[in-house]
Amino acid sequence: MSRIAERFAALQSAKRKALIPFITAGDPQPSLTVPLMHAMVEAGADILELGVPFSDPMAEGPVIQAACERALVHHVSLLQVIAMVQAFRKRDKDTPVVLMGYLNPVEIMGYRAFAQQASAAGVDGLITVDLPPEEAHDLVAELKEVGIDPVFLVAPTSHDERIKSICELDSGFVYYVSLKGVTGAHTLDINAVKQKLSEIRKHAHTPIGVGFGIKDATTAAQVADIADAVVVGSAVVKCVAENIGHDDKITDEIQNLLRSMRAAMDKQTASARVA
Amino acid sequence: MSTVMKPEAQTIKLGEMPDSRGHFGPYGGRFVAETLMEPIEELRQAYERFRDDADFQAEFDADLKHYVGRPSPLYFAERLSNKLGGARIYLKREDLNHTGAHKINNTIGQALVARRMGKTRIIAETGAGQHGVASATIAARLGLECVVYMGAEDIQRQAPNVYRMRLLGAEVVAVTSGSRTLKDALNEAMRDWVTNVDDTFYIIGTVAGPHPYPMMVRDFQAIIGREARQQIQQLTGRLPDALVACVGGGSNAIGLFYPFLEDAGVAIYGVEAAGFGLDSGKHSAPLCVGKPGVLHGNRTYLMEDQDGQIIETHSISAGLDYPGVGPEHAWLKDIGRAEYVAVTDDEAMAGFHELTRVEGIIPALESSHALAYVSKLAPTMGKDQNIIVNLSGRGDKDINTVAKLEGITL
Repeated sequence: MSRIAERFAALQSAKRKALIPFITAGDPQPSLTVPLMHAMVEAGADILELGVPFSDPMAEGPVIQAACERALVHHVSLLQVIAMVQAFRKRDKDTPVVLMGYLNPVEIMGYRAFAQQASAAGVDGLITVDLPPEEAHDLVAELKEVGIDPVFLVAPTSHDERIKSICELDSGFVYYVSLKGVTGAHTLDINAVKQKLSEIRKHAHTPIGVGFGIKDATTAAQVADIADAVVVGSAVVKCVAENIGHDDKITDEIQNLLRSMRAAMDKQTASARVA
Repeated sequence: MSTVMKPEAQTIKLGEMPDSRGHFGPYGGRFVAETLMEPIEELRQAYERFRDDADFQAEFDADLKHYVGRPSPLYFAERLSNKLGGARIYLKREDLNHTGAHKINNTIGQALVARRMGKTRIIAETGAGQHGVASATIAARLGLECVVYMGAEDIQRQAPNVYRMRLLGAEVVAVTSGSRTLKDALNEAMRDWVTNVDDTFYIIGTVAGPHPYPMMVRDFQAIIGREARQQIQQLTGRLPDALVACVGGGSNAIGLFYPFLEDAGVAIYGVEAAGFGLDSGKHSAPLCVGKPGVLHGNRTYLMEDQDGQIIETHSISAGLDYPGVGPEHAWLKDIGRAEYVAVTDDEAMAGFHELTRVEGIIPALESSHALAYVSKLAPTMGKDQNIIVNLSGRGDKDINTVAKLEGITL
């Protein structure tokens, strides 16, 4: 069983939902990334999503675009991101780490070289924003060979047939993009999300995470009520952007945000149980 | 007498690419966020329906004739040919089109598709502003809302075109992310599209992007080559010996090349921008010195560093200042059907002045790259041989740039 599957199984028996925060690796500087990863776990994160900086992040809103630019000032490469995961694994053998980024850096490294090195470093999953299932066959084969879960996105525009083929290829969890737009956009429409999740559940053989538009404890709790995992990106990265030069404050604010989300999510799932 | 075809020539018909999923060999395809996969599939289905629809074609042809002014002439540049002392040079006069370049052929085609799909809002990216102007023009003509994304750097460099777009009623949005140039404008247009996908049609300006764009834009631009093929045969009684066109994204080039791809006797040259020189690192020549990768929805040759980050490009010509290139060009390079070369800023400037003074035609700086290569190629060919050069645009938009380089304030 993969580390991601194990983590979801444990959460399910504890009747809790997964909190998955995102940071861009190397933002604001490479030395803070591994400490931030540990700090997020301490504040209640179940799985970590680590963004691989890219020069042309087409699916990102302004907050994560700026994070990529800050990281690229330090020339943070995919190899360095893999090394960061390896460093994180020295102290944390259990928390799954999913890399999220764009195809070109993986393409340049080579699918096999990436799969082998990432797996050896302790990477558990890969989300490639601009790689739809139609073009993913070769990469998925290499990832599955080494036990890395390829995680695919499902969008509000994905119809039933596509959802089915995405779920067939996917492992680890399915990532539902809750709105049409870029990361950090408007607030999500919880009823629309709920309806789409019931369509996805017909095909999904893995847990379903929801991301895009989750800004605070309230929205996190709403999503926890209907999904298996809550992915928080821009709200976390904002804590970095607003405190550049003050590493302690970045850490504190991210931890405060995650603790408030964790508490609201757990309260929500507990009350749902009682009801 | 029977013709013996090579096996590969039988299996791959050069004029019948891409495959059903948009691949030109290993290039092309669809590399976009999941939210856009349904919309681009809808677009493909709609486009393939209209492509075979007589009403659509009649409307497109009528617009090309009465609005754009087609067919554009194929002009024998006699004084230039004599001066270079080799092949006879024919200019395909896309500079005489409405709005001054080949870009309008494609924007009309896509806007007609958009209207038939019921979209009310069009968006476009632009570098030099030519595609933005062509998009704003057709939006005005069809009464569609139009938003043009343009890098903040380019807005500074191309003020007259920005004003033209605004006069035409378009909203011009300055893009301040990344390198603040064409590639970032493309990123921002993709972000708009993913957000407003229900009512919005994205008019991509070149033969790049996810399938079906490279095929669709090529089909709309192929009018250039179809006319030229007929015109040269009327003028000379035979096919040309060589074709030359500049390549940024590559839409004017593929428009000229495509109808000649299966004519093995026609040599094909695409001319990239070598900027300050291919060794300088400051150029826009992905086919000459780049590597294959994935950007903006397709796999193609890119200007990128060892980590797979896209690097900043340079060309004197804003229309060639782009780190990628259409996937069909990538494939034509690999199979050896076309040869891709590059000329520097200085060589392009010399080509600009030469045509202006010898033929009384002021070419766009983009097209000046093709002319600069012709001045090397023509003298190596015989006087009985013919070259067609795509004069893709006129140079009025560039006079500020040229004057500034020569230290003149207008």
